[in-house]
Amino acid sequence: MIGIIDYGMGNLRSVHKAFLHLGFEAEIIKLPEELIKCDKIVLPGVGAFGDAIKTLKSSGMDEAIKSSTKKGTFFLGICLGMQLAFEESYEGGRFEGLSLMPGSITRLEPLDKTYKIPHMGWNSLIIRKRDPLFKSLSQAPFMYFDHAYCLKTDSDIASADCEYGEVFQAAAQSENIFATQFHPEKSGEEGLKILDAFGRLT
Amino acid sequence: MHTKRIIPCLDVKLGRVVKGVKFVNIIDAGDPVEIASFYNKEMADELVFLDITASSDSRMIMADVVAKTADQVFIPLTVGGGIRTIEDFRMILKAGADKVAINSSALNNPDFIDEAAIRFGSSTVVVAIDAKRRPDGGYDAYLNGGRINTKKDALEWAAEAARRGAGEILVTCMDTDGMKEGYDIELTSKIAESVNIPVIASGGAGTIDHFYDALTIGKADAALAASLFHFNELRIKDLKASLRDKGIAVRL
Repeated sequence: MIGIIDYGMGNLRSVHKAFLHLGFEAEIIKLPEELIKCDKIVLPGVGAFGDAIKTLKSSGMDEAIKSSTKKGTFFLGICLGMQLAFEESYEGGRFEGLSLMPGSITRLEPLDKTYKIPHMGWNSLIIRKRDPLFKSLSQAPFMYFDHAYCLKTDSDIASADCEYGEVFQAAAQSENIFATQFHPEKSGEEGLKILDAFGRLT
Repeated sequence: MHTKRIIPCLDVKLGRVVKGVKFVNIIDAGDPVEIASFYNKEMADELVFLDITASSDSRMIMADVVAKTADQVFIPLTVGGGIRTIEDFRMILKAGADKVAINSSALNNPDFIDEAAIRFGSSTVVVAIDAKRRPDGGYDAYLNGGRINTKKDALEWAAEAARRGAGEILVTCMDTDGMKEGYDIELTSKIAESVNIPVIASGGAGTIDHFYDALTIGKADAALAASLFHFNELRIKDLKASLRDKGIAVRL
């Protein structure tokens, strides 16, 4: 069962309905103890990092995610959910994340100031690791982005890059942990292929 | 490659799309879900639903329309029209919208922008501006669907909205709207220069060149149109192919 974590940040419905549309069993999860029944968890989210991590901590959801991913539960972080999977973010101060993967979240800083912030709209991926989520995607698929902060790292956890006045990491993965800065649930047919691949992981 | 967006706008009245799509094998030309799936296949980059009744009853119906659409169409949805309170805003997002456009409520109470941005994130807040040219060449912002002149300068208002936390500006020129003689390029480019957030041009599209101009000299990040698409005067796929041939980055 795919559990979609509801912590009051943003649009969960589309992620939930996308998995149902693809034929998977998926449920919205509000309580940390409900994670036990999930073999896959999805952390969506829109909004500010600081508020989000505070909410996750106050309900004990942060520890529940850490312990279930340590046991091998597949994890997919989307947008803010990707950022929360890392060690820290500098959005509006410095906040510690869930540390499921190493790295820092910092502001997008395109050298050319004509690039608008947030980075909003469709941009193409430079795929670095096709296996396992991006196997059936086209060469440089377009995905929908909406963010001002991002992961920038040299580490080999990067599974896809994106260029917006500078190069940042659009997706990352490490063992059972996956993350996308873009919204696969809002990226049309190509995006649904990613959720389908995640749903099929065993 | 970051792309420019093409956005069809659907006018919704009591759960039905008015001026429905007239040209394809759509069984029910007023059904929002059918029309949304059609535009998804046409490679529309986003959809805007505009509630043209904008009463409190119609907001509940709108939430239902959004929910039904979002359950089947997996591209970004923006909803506008009559959003007055944080609770309205929340209801529409919860139904599956990604962004909410506010206009009169923001002009009447600019703090609404800050509050919505803090609660839901700037990325969800679109400030829609209806602008009309003044005799001196500047532009005023109007409210209540263009009925009342606020005497507020549209460029200053756009800059203020961005400062307060808007994530995007949707600017409609009331003089060019419906005329099919082109977007107001001067207005769009001036707004785009006065803010560092994306700007959607609206009002006046009639030809492929109008889109090209708005996205180049007009400095817009996206262009919106309604009846032009609904009545098959221009198909989005063809439009995007032409724009690509002219050197504009689009998703196809």
